[in-house]
Amino acid sequence: MNKHIKVLGMAAFAGAFSATAMADSLTVVSWGGAYTASQKSAYHDPWTKKTGDTIVNVDKAQAGLAGLRAQVEAGNVTWDLVDMLPSEAQIACDEGLVDIINHDQDLAASPDGVAPSKDFIAGSLSECFVPQIVYSNIIAFNTTMFSGKQPSTMKDVFDLKGFPGKRSLQKKPINNLEWALMADGVPTDKVYDMLRTEEGVNRAFAKLDTIKDNVIWWEEGAQPPQLLADKEVAFASGYNGRIFNAQVNEKQPFQIIWDAQVFEIDGWVVPKGKMSKVKAYLSFATDTQRLADQAKYISYGPARVSSAALVSTHATTGIDMKPHMPTYGPNFKTALHKNDEFWADHLDELTERFNAWLAR
Amino acid sequence: MREPLTSEVPREQAFVRFSNVQKSYDGEILVVKGFNLDIASGEFITLLGPSGSGKTTCLMMMAGFETPTHGDILLNGEPINTVPPHKRGIGMVFQNYALFPHMSVSENLAFPLEVRKLSAAETDRKVKRALEMVRLEDFGDRRPAQLSGGQQQRVALARALVFEPEIVLMDEPLGALDKNLREEMQYEIKRIHEDLGVTMIYVTHDQSEALTMSDRIAVFNDGIVQQLASPAVLYEQPDNAFVASFIGENNRLIGDVIELTEDCCKVRMESGAIIEALPVNVSAAGTRSTLSLRPERVTINPEANGLPNLFEARVIEVIYLGDHLRTRVAVCGNDEFIIKIPNAQTHPVLTRGQIITVGWAREDCRALDA
Amino acid sequence: MTGLAATSGNDLTTADGVPLKVSLSRAQRRNKIKAVLLVAPLFLFLLVAFILPIFDMLLRSIDSAEVVTHMPNTVRAISTWNGEGVPEEAVFAAAAQDLAAGSRARTIGKVASRLNYEIGGMRSLIMKTARKAKKLESGPYKAALIGMDKRWAKTDVWQLIKRESGSYTLSYYLAAVDHKYAADGSIEAKPENLQIYVNLFFRTMWMSGLITLLALLLGYPVAFLLATLPMRQSNLLMILVLLPFWTSLLVRTTTWIAILQSQGVLNDLAVWAGLITDENRLQLIYNKTGTVIAMTHILLPFMVLPLYSVMKTIPPTYMRAARSLGATGFTAFRRVYFPQTLSGIGAGSILVFILSIGYYITPALVGGQSGRFITNFVAYHMQQSLNWGLAAAIGSLLLATVIVFYLLYNRLVGVDNMKLG
Repeated sequence: MNKHIKVLGMAAFAGAFSATAMADSLTVVSWGGAYTASQKSAYHDPWTKKTGDTIVNVDKAQAGLAGLRAQVEAGNVTWDLVDMLPSEAQIACDEGLVDIINHDQDLAASPDGVAPSKDFIAGSLSECFVPQIVYSNIIAFNTTMFSGKQPSTMKDVFDLKGFPGKRSLQKKPINNLEWALMADGVPTDKVYDMLRTEEGVNRAFAKLDTIKDNVIWWEEGAQPPQLLADKEVAFASGYNGRIFNAQVNEKQPFQIIWDAQVFEIDGWVVPKGKMSKVKAYLSFATDTQRLADQAKYISYGPARVSSAALVSTHATTGIDMKPHMPTYGPNFKTALHKNDEFWADHLDELTERFNAWLAR
Repeated sequence: MREPLTSEVPREQAFVRFSNVQKSYDGEILVVKGFNLDIASGEFITLLGPSGSGKTTCLMMMAGFETPTHGDILLNGEPINTVPPHKRGIGMVFQNYALFPHMSVSENLAFPLEVRKLSAAETDRKVKRALEMVRLEDFGDRRPAQLSGGQQQRVALARALVFEPEIVLMDEPLGALDKNLREEMQYEIKRIHEDLGVTMIYVTHDQSEALTMSDRIAVFNDGIVQQLASPAVLYEQPDNAFVASFIGENNRLIGDVIELTEDCCKVRMESGAIIEALPVNVSAAGTRSTLSLRPERVTINPEANGLPNLFEARVIEVIYLGDHLRTRVAVCGNDEFIIKIPNAQTHPVLTRGQIITVGWAREDCRALDA
Repeated sequence: MTGLAATSGNDLTTADGVPLKVSLSRAQRRNKIKAVLLVAPLFLFLLVAFILPIFDMLLRSIDSAEVVTHMPNTVRAISTWNGEGVPEEAVFAAAAQDLAAGSRARTIGKVASRLNYEIGGMRSLIMKTARKAKKLESGPYKAALIGMDKRWAKTDVWQLIKRESGSYTLSYYLAAVDHKYAADGSIEAKPENLQIYVNLFFRTMWMSGLITLLALLLGYPVAFLLATLPMRQSNLLMILVLLPFWTSLLVRTTTWIAILQSQGVLNDLAVWAGLITDENRLQLIYNKTGTVIAMTHILLPFMVLPLYSVMKTIPPTYMRAARSLGATGFTAFRRVYFPQTLSGIGAGSILVFILSIGYYITPALVGGQSGRFITNFVAYHMQQSLNWGLAAAIGSLLLATVIVFYLLYNRLVGVDNMKLG
């Protein structure tokens, strides 16, 4: 009857439902869809082939931190490895929900012997976190929705007159506030300074107000490609890999606007007490070859410098993956690096304000 | 008791008339097949029959809850087929009373008056009078569920009468009561009927109830009126085997007609015995016939000369019933033959296995259809 | 129960001299044990799956042990601070000690999360300082901490720590009704652009009311048909009514998306029929309309079934009796039939209403921004923001609302009159 009670009960007993982890089976929590599929092809399948261990995929990364907290509080941790954004990984680390990773000892060096701490993209490693990929939040559009001029910049996304149609954005303040400011003319390197001030936040919301009535808000990563394909919306924000997947594997007439992309890294955390169990797998899954392999299946850039050179072509269609990567030169010109510290501090209050704004 | 009316109402006097009414629910089976009935104003008519015989359907057509498939129902000479139930002004008492459970007794009684938009004072007066009529003056504030079955029955009666309808229909109204209460209510209904002079159409499957209360009874079977007559005529002069067996206790003797004259018909039993009977419903010699003989019309060890039918019988069973002795004998090949012997001072003492002579008059033995 | 013995003067005994009561209780003991054993599994299940979680929720909504547990020295030192200006050196020393210890034990993050709910930025202040405090070996700590981050010189930071140093707090409940503690400790409304929950509470209430009303209007005739049709037809109809029960909630909800979306079946039909032009397709989903339509459909059986079970017990003769007494069909319905269905209406309505204010999946999927319920924020704070205290406070308020409605219903209709089947 009362869902909230159920939720609470479920959180407390989450362990009971996913108690599938056996000695020779790893429970890996990730984002589902095309992304989990790429991990399966690049990491899981070779690992199973090599060791015989089975890997159970759980698509719960959306609520990864909540799940970790519930499991650690209940004293029954059933997840072995969780895919997480660095901002959440930092919180999990600060609260002691995950194990500390000693990168140079626990992970594999590059083939030519560069230690992991030097080989991963600078600044991407942290105490409890190993990055896998660089991905980007972008806005894509369905080319068949515009007969004349095609949109190409973030300004166009906020231009209802020039490019009419519904927009679909993620139902959270992250990215949307940055995009609103950039569309309003704020230079990339001033965005977070601006957002730290009351006026900057007001300005971002004022810009969002101009399209608010035409926005359909999404919550699951699988929704934007679907909304675009159904022509429910003309533009949709999304993860670049999912849009790539729709473009290449489903032959959808989508186009990505790389202008003002907000990129960040994504990686692994090891739930409390699980390090000894997953160490071998973690080392394998984050080595140079595996990270390069993942780029065959989805257009996310490998987080290791040594992997970049190995990125080649798409596994099934054979197209060149480089132009689809967020870090590809022309795509990267106006890119904004998501500021994790800013969001760790201000997510609570800005989400509150965002929700209040939504409800009005 | 008022004088039993003759079985025919002069046509110009008919207050209610069913004219060749037929009813089918499914288009395949007729549950009422050509029902004709004229009812005089103030008459107490009972529709009597086993369940499924079509009597309740006739009542529901009268009330307006069912529409005749064919034929007309006339009230005061006007056809009422198209008049909706609430405009017919007919009071009705239902089998389970149908007292509104969410209203008090008084509110139940006031309901028909309120929907007729009577003034509050008038309504109060009439409700009070109706409660007096059924002797429930002190029960006006109770809910129906707080009353006994008999009390509920009286409230239902009062409610059907409170708006002074010209006709009251009753659908097995006493069916849910125990025997004593049922008899008490029979007299109560009869009394009210006589006090008010209202026309009543009463449906029941209980023949003793019908005999007690009715001016005339229509015996239903299989969608057809088998006989329409006063209680005395029905009992003593049944027209056919169904009526004979349905009304009162009855000995049945089945055989072949071997000789048929105006006032006598001889019937041969399978045992070979030949019985003289009064021809009522036989067409010709050679046909089969059921002879009907009331158990109280059989004489035991009669004078040898008085009766045309004298047979030897063997006593099978004697049951003591207080006011009479119910005796089962085997006679003319029928060992279900019942004789009622009044428990008078001089009654013969019979024992099992005893051989006796039984006899009866020709007029008491009616030759009916097979 | 000794009254009987006292008044009668001597105990009643059985034939062999055992007191009657002893003998009786001995005879009944077996039955009692049997009854207890039969009920025990359900009772245990309810205890574990229902009562304990509710208790846990109520506790969480006021629990605020983070600061006092993980910064015990600071809490002790700050208790004597008068709340003005900046605390003295001893408080800073205690804080530095707690932060360093918490950083080593990796527990200080809990304090950071807790305080960040109250003032944005507290997370980074606590975490950064904690990391640096590990290297701090000697005082003066006041200058050192302010040197690390000048926010430590702000009065409201310390006021916050002092305010949240108890084991229990009301701040979750304040947040749940769009209020907060002002810097001086008084309670004030949040700025208008941060107010959200009170409006949502009322929206949830009136939309649930609307859904209940629609379910009643749609369900009443259906229940009436079900109760009066012959068995064969009514069985078929019953299957149609129950069909939603047998389909998963997600399937039903996504079906509504397919039907109602602007490129969906309904809009296509309307365009095809020429009722609307292709450019002016109706927005039937991702707003209040969508939520109301989908939830009415999903909750309809909960209205129909209680109504049906009540109507089934009303014999058709009541209506006939009313009509024979002179009432038109409408009057007979209004005065005789309808009043007898009130208990079913009450039961169905309270069931649908209570279920409705507790729903969150459907509003989340089809409600867009304007058709969301307060429960969506419970889910949000449970799963996304991880502010479980706030989620518990909102949940507790919802629970209280449901109880109030239940008591109100009991007062007006009487729970004894509720017929669920």
